Amino acid sequence: MNIHRKIADDLVANDVSFVTTVPCKQLAGVIDEIEQRDDIFHIPANKEDEGMGLCAGAFMGGKRPAIIMQNTAIGVTINTLATLTQFYRMPLPMIISYRGELREPVACQVEMAVHTKALLAQMNIPTYHFHWQKDVEEFDNILKYTFMCNKPVAILTDANFWGGYGEQ
Amino acid sequence: MIRSEILREIAPIIRDHLVVCNIGLPSQELHMIDDQPTNFYMLGTMGLSSSIGFGLALAQDKPVISIDGDGSVLTNLGTLPTIANNATGNYTLLIIDNGSYGSTGDQPTYAGRKTSLAAVARACGCDNVFEVQAKDLGPVLQEAIDNNEMTILVCKCDSGNIKVPVITMDPVVIRHRFMEAVAK
Repeated sequence: MNIHRKIADDLVANDVSFVTTVPCKQLAGVIDEIEQRDDIFHIPANKEDEGMGLCAGAFMGGKRPAIIMQNTAIGVTINTLATLTQFYRMPLPMIISYRGELREPVACQVEMAVHTKALLAQMNIPTYHFHWQKDVEEFDNILKYTFMCNKPVAILTDANFWGGYGEQ
Repeated sequence: MIRSEILREIAPIIRDHLVVCNIGLPSQELHMIDDQPTNFYMLGTMGLSSSIGFGLALAQDKPVISIDGDGSVLTNLGTLPTIANNATGNYTLLIIDNGSYGSTGDQPTYAGRKTSLAAVARACGCDNVFEVQAKDLGPVLQEAIDNNEMTILVCKCDSGNIKVPVITMDPVVIRHRFMEAVAK
């Protein structure tokens, strides 16, 4: 299974047409796939809270948005998630590379990994964790769930899911 | 002129357009001066007025004006390269530059000292950047809305605040009302 293609296919099938990204090595393949899709407008952001602002505007303009970012961005975006996305009740699928998990070679990444799920839980953000490639089969349902409930929803994708750090 | 006087003067120009207004006193002042369903009031999230407005402009065809401040743009400087590199003609960014963090007690910003936000915007790749004095803003803003080129306006003005009530409207009501106006 090509997980990059599956993620992009599910985004398109769920009418997600506005995607902002801040890169991570693990996300390079899916970002390439998004960039190639005619049905998706891809706008790279310089910082993840900026990207969430773009997504909020796009949603109010009638588009379904999504953001692709690293889990370190949870540390950057708590205020935006609380006072914009959640306060105004906007849907936002967040495809997040879960750095610092199994098969991670960079020790510093673990320092945010140990806080990631706790922070998301504290924010009452529905959170899913893709560890095996077959877990991507749930992605379509997660997108439907996100736009049903008008909430930010986190999909954590670890190195094992992507086939190992640097091996993709 | 101070910000509230500018908002009072441009209210007739922006009334019929989609406006994303900056957190704090700017939104409270605009809400008091001329509340419209086409106004999206930010109740939090300092720095993102330009990003929200730009996302909105990219997603649909109607003109969009983001009203921002110098302090807020300094908070989210990364917005300027994003706007420059994805320019859309229906977008106008109006930075009301009073050289201070108005909502928090008029502490000076760096834009009131050595930093030129107009020069920063140009260096980021924005093409139509104009620095105007507050008294000259009206016609320049009208032209920016009417033409089909993305424009960044840096409006230099005095710092100072008036007494305004907070916005008590529920955020979901603000958002729903605004989305209905967008879809009209």
